[in-house]
Amino acid sequence: MDFALSEEQQFLQSTVSDYLAANCTLDRVRDCVKDFQTTDPNLTEGLVALGVPGVVIPEEFGGTELGYLEAALIAEALGGSIAPFPFIGTSVIAPYLITHAGSDEQRASLLPKITTGEIQFGIAFTESIGRRVTNPTQANDGRLSGEQTFVIDGSDCELILISTEGGEVFVVESPAVEREELKSIDRTRSLTRVKLDNTPCEVLPGTVDDPTLLSHALDIGRIMIAADTLGAAQTMLDKSVEYAGERKQFNRVIGSFQAVKHMCAEMAAELEPCRSLVWYAAHSVLAIPSETHLVACHAKAHLAEVGQFVARKSTEVHGGMGFTDLLGLHYWFKRIGLNRQLLGTPDQVREEAAQAQGW
Amino acid sequence: MDLEYSAEYEQYRQDLRKFLDENKHRSPGMVGTAFTGEEREKIARDWQALLIENGYAARTIPKEYGGAGQEPDPLKAHIIAEEFARYRVRPGHSGDNRLVPTVLDLGTEEQKRWLVPPTLRGEMTWCQGYSEPQSGSDLASLSTRAHVDGDDFVINGQKIWTSGAQRADMIFCLVRTEPEAPKHQGISYLVFSMKTPGIDVRPLVTMTGEATFNEVFFTDVRVPTTQIIGKRGEGWFVANNTLKYEREGLGDPNQAESRLREVVAILERETVDGQRIMDNPVYRDRLLRLQGQVLAMKYNSMRILTSRSKGEEPGLPRWIVKLQGCELNHQLAGLVIDALGELGTLYYNSPLLRDRGMWQQRYMMDLGLIIGGGTAQIQKNIIGERALGLPKEPKYAEVSS
Repeated sequence: MDFALSEEQQFLQSTVSDYLAANCTLDRVRDCVKDFQTTDPNLTEGLVALGVPGVVIPEEFGGTELGYLEAALIAEALGGSIAPFPFIGTSVIAPYLITHAGSDEQRASLLPKITTGEIQFGIAFTESIGRRVTNPTQANDGRLSGEQTFVIDGSDCELILISTEGGEVFVVESPAVEREELKSIDRTRSLTRVKLDNTPCEVLPGTVDDPTLLSHALDIGRIMIAADTLGAAQTMLDKSVEYAGERKQFNRVIGSFQAVKHMCAEMAAELEPCRSLVWYAAHSVLAIPSETHLVACHAKAHLAEVGQFVARKSTEVHGGMGFTDLLGLHYWFKRIGLNRQLLGTPDQVREEAAQAQGW
Repeated sequence: MDLEYSAEYEQYRQDLRKFLDENKHRSPGMVGTAFTGEEREKIARDWQALLIENGYAARTIPKEYGGAGQEPDPLKAHIIAEEFARYRVRPGHSGDNRLVPTVLDLGTEEQKRWLVPPTLRGEMTWCQGYSEPQSGSDLASLSTRAHVDGDDFVINGQKIWTSGAQRADMIFCLVRTEPEAPKHQGISYLVFSMKTPGIDVRPLVTMTGEATFNEVFFTDVRVPTTQIIGKRGEGWFVANNTLKYEREGLGDPNQAESRLREVVAILERETVDGQRIMDNPVYRDRLLRLQGQVLAMKYNSMRILTSRSKGEEPGLPRWIVKLQGCELNHQLAGLVIDALGELGTLYYNSPLLRDRGMWQQRYMMDLGLIIGGGTAQIQKNIIGERALGLPKEPKYAEVSS
């Protein structure tokens, strides 16, 4: 019985965090996203060198196959630094689906290029969760037609993974589709609307007649988003404690006032158990898959709520400065705000959790 | 990360299950109700003795003081708690979980032999004399006085929130012995019999309608000067040792988990306007929100257990347990009360009462627990100062009158 990170896992997380602290500063992020760009080629190069995109990819395809807990630790570090890097789709969801549902040929051609950063994936799953269009995406004779809103990381990608209602997943080449950039509050991650009109596609054969693979991919994605929020919220708490320990009013640091101290304590008390929830959910993917769906839903929903709470309280602790662009705290606020809605809103995933228990 | 127990611990669990299968019929609560009070007390004492003999109670207390004399092992302690809960068999006790560790840590050899063995056997029971009407969160300002007269301390003053004072054989009590010293350095920690002349116990009825607490009045209570734990004026530090042990128990996530199961059962059972409460989207969503919190606290406790089993101080995960756990229990009870509508307000053995009125009882009792054992606001100070390193409130200069 050992519910803790190993030395290797701690080392992995601190390596990525240290790299991001040096290479993904707020100034760099501002610079990168100013023209609604959502990837930073230098950052991608550095993270590829650290092996980040191969974290769940088997060694025979050039990955390290460390596992999903390791992936969650990386997601947490990326969220902590609001990194503009398409991790959740390209490094986790796509490798999972291609490894478990792809043909031998798809595995051999796609997985190695993910590890080297040559290809990035957009994730178009709005047919499966949160559909808002009247023309559902349908497959016909190896071609797709319809519309997908809110494609994650869809702006700079070479390929898009698209799901249809039955849980089948298709690979489409980005230049073949009509794309329109959406502008969400969070400028560190892209959202794209995609229109398909008899667009050539390739199915991931394992997803035909087996919707569980897509559902498992969604759960894994939800865990990664929860981890990203955990990291972003932890940074907001750390910044709050630091600010409350330095800022003086009435000749005292404001952190000595209970009104401010208690806001910090409440953030810590809400957030700390979230770390264990994310660890457990991520660990379950390989170790206790029968529990993954339930805990992934809870991790996604609970981190959405606690993330929102921390984002709001942290802004308040920073007073007027928290509200300014000068301080830039809002980048974390907005990342947490977008994460809340992706791959299932909190109420949607809680309802899924209820149904999973037969309630 | 490995959530399995090693072979050694699995064997330990199997041995414990075998013990429980063979002996559970001897435990209190399993032997039926056709016994007098005296017989029931004997059954409880025999059960405790059997558990100590087999190393399932008072595990780490040395044999010479009546314990099982085993090495500390948080995983074994956890397995014992889990299996007794699973078998629904009353667990043993380690005497009083506040007093015994304190006497063992800080008492004299003579005090250990006098106090610990009968406490472990259940023949000497305790109450805690700390809080006073004017000294709650600011406990160190307490004003119950004790002056020395010959070989005795003579105690005058009043304590409050004294659980079990009407039944306890003994009290461990904080009194001011050095009125001239700074407040933290003028306190002593005394132990004495509740039958000592001059003690008056008055039940304190709470909002639940029960008298779980008491007020205790001392009028010229004479206690031999040898019945002090630690030195004169060091009682505050002795007491902090006790508080460390008391706070551990409040906000236990296992309790929240089993309460959640009970909430699910009643929401599935009850209907309003022909609809199962479980199918009402508002209550359903509230339930699921609370389940997310229960799971987070459960895994948080696994993290604490892992730290302890490695001999590490768990830090922040431990500091938040009382604050979060008590609030969570309160909200679980609150959900049921809201969902039951008018039925949720019934109490006092009313007709139509659900679950013997326990949801209102818990909802109120939990509020007491949120306040007691260090209020929620004191817990937030502790988290802010000890875990996050924020500065203390500056001390005001004494206001001159």
